Amino acid sequence: MSTAAAKGLPDEAHGHDGAAGHGSGGPANTRTVVSYGFWLFILSDIVLFSAVFATYAVLSGRTAGGPSGKDLFDLRNVAIETGCLLLSSFTCGIMSLVSDAKRPMQTYLAAAVTFALGAAFLYLELNEFIDMADHGAGPDRSAFLSAFFTLVGLHGTHVTFGLIWLVVMMAQIATRGFRPTTMWRLHCFALFWHALDIIWIAVFTIVYLMGVL
Amino acid sequence: MDVVDHHQNQETTGDIAPGDNNTTLLSGIQSYTIGLLLAVLMTAGSFWAVQAHVIWGPAVPIALIVLAISQMGVHLAFFLHLTSAPDNTNNILALAFGILIVFLVVVGSLWIMAHLDNRMVPMDQLMQMQR
Repeated sequence: MSTAAAKGLPDEAHGHDGAAGHGSGGPANTRTVVSYGFWLFILSDIVLFSAVFATYAVLSGRTAGGPSGKDLFDLRNVAIETGCLLLSSFTCGIMSLVSDAKRPMQTYLAAAVTFALGAAFLYLELNEFIDMADHGAGPDRSAFLSAFFTLVGLHGTHVTFGLIWLVVMMAQIATRGFRPTTMWRLHCFALFWHALDIIWIAVFTIVYLMGVL
Repeated sequence: MDVVDHHQNQETTGDIAPGDNNTTLLSGIQSYTIGLLLAVLMTAGSFWAVQAHVIWGPAVPIALIVLAISQMGVHLAFFLHLTSAPDNTNNILALAFGILIVFLVVVGSLWIMAHLDNRMVPMDQLMQMQR
């Protein structure tokens, strides 16, 4: 057989594995390669968020005599936002399943619900921002508020781009059908959307819940 | 190879795309539903811990962090379908490296800034010195 086997080493660990993407198995299929690349992007995006989180954590007490999180945050609003994003993550998963089964109408329906919940989240967040700015608690008031608007705004920007992406994906399915290229783009969208919900867990815990303690 | 359905990955031990799982429609819906229920429970638990004033004050942030990290685990397992199976090794390794960097950035920043803060002259004294 091979030298690895002759030395009593496990065959798979030394490049003799016949599976795709391993050893002599040739490259993995494109869906796996594309998704893995996008997975690496998501992880680097989370590293970007971690830097903004660290900034927020350092500056969260620096209110410069202005309002603190305790004065500003409305937990009821945050709970509704959280519910919207969590449900949209769920419907996005359902969309992945029905699009894998190549059912167009159910895919559009799940995408529409995902979009509506994401848009509701954004609406609530923007309302909160405008309300805060109206009451003299804009990003220029204190280091705490600068960090708050940067962190929560960065997440909101991601959600905005996710919504645009979702519309583009539905247009692609409508015009081109369930092609492999379209399918792995839709899969990357699903990864992105689930990742945004994971980041939101950190936002509502660290910014809002710890902010009102 | 491109047009081959990804579900055929199951036969070999080749890598699987992050977020993919080899299930039927029904068991897929089941997995997302379990994930949603667990996530709702943990989110509700977090909001409850802050508002109910049942947990001893200084322990609340720790409870929040535990709940948040376990909810992230639920999302990774039930929504992103990460498993410890060999076909997920690459996905898990990349995630582990990402978590390491996140940990270094966050804990490192807080640690350094707290030390710098301790060594700073208090602001009112600084103002007097400049006079």
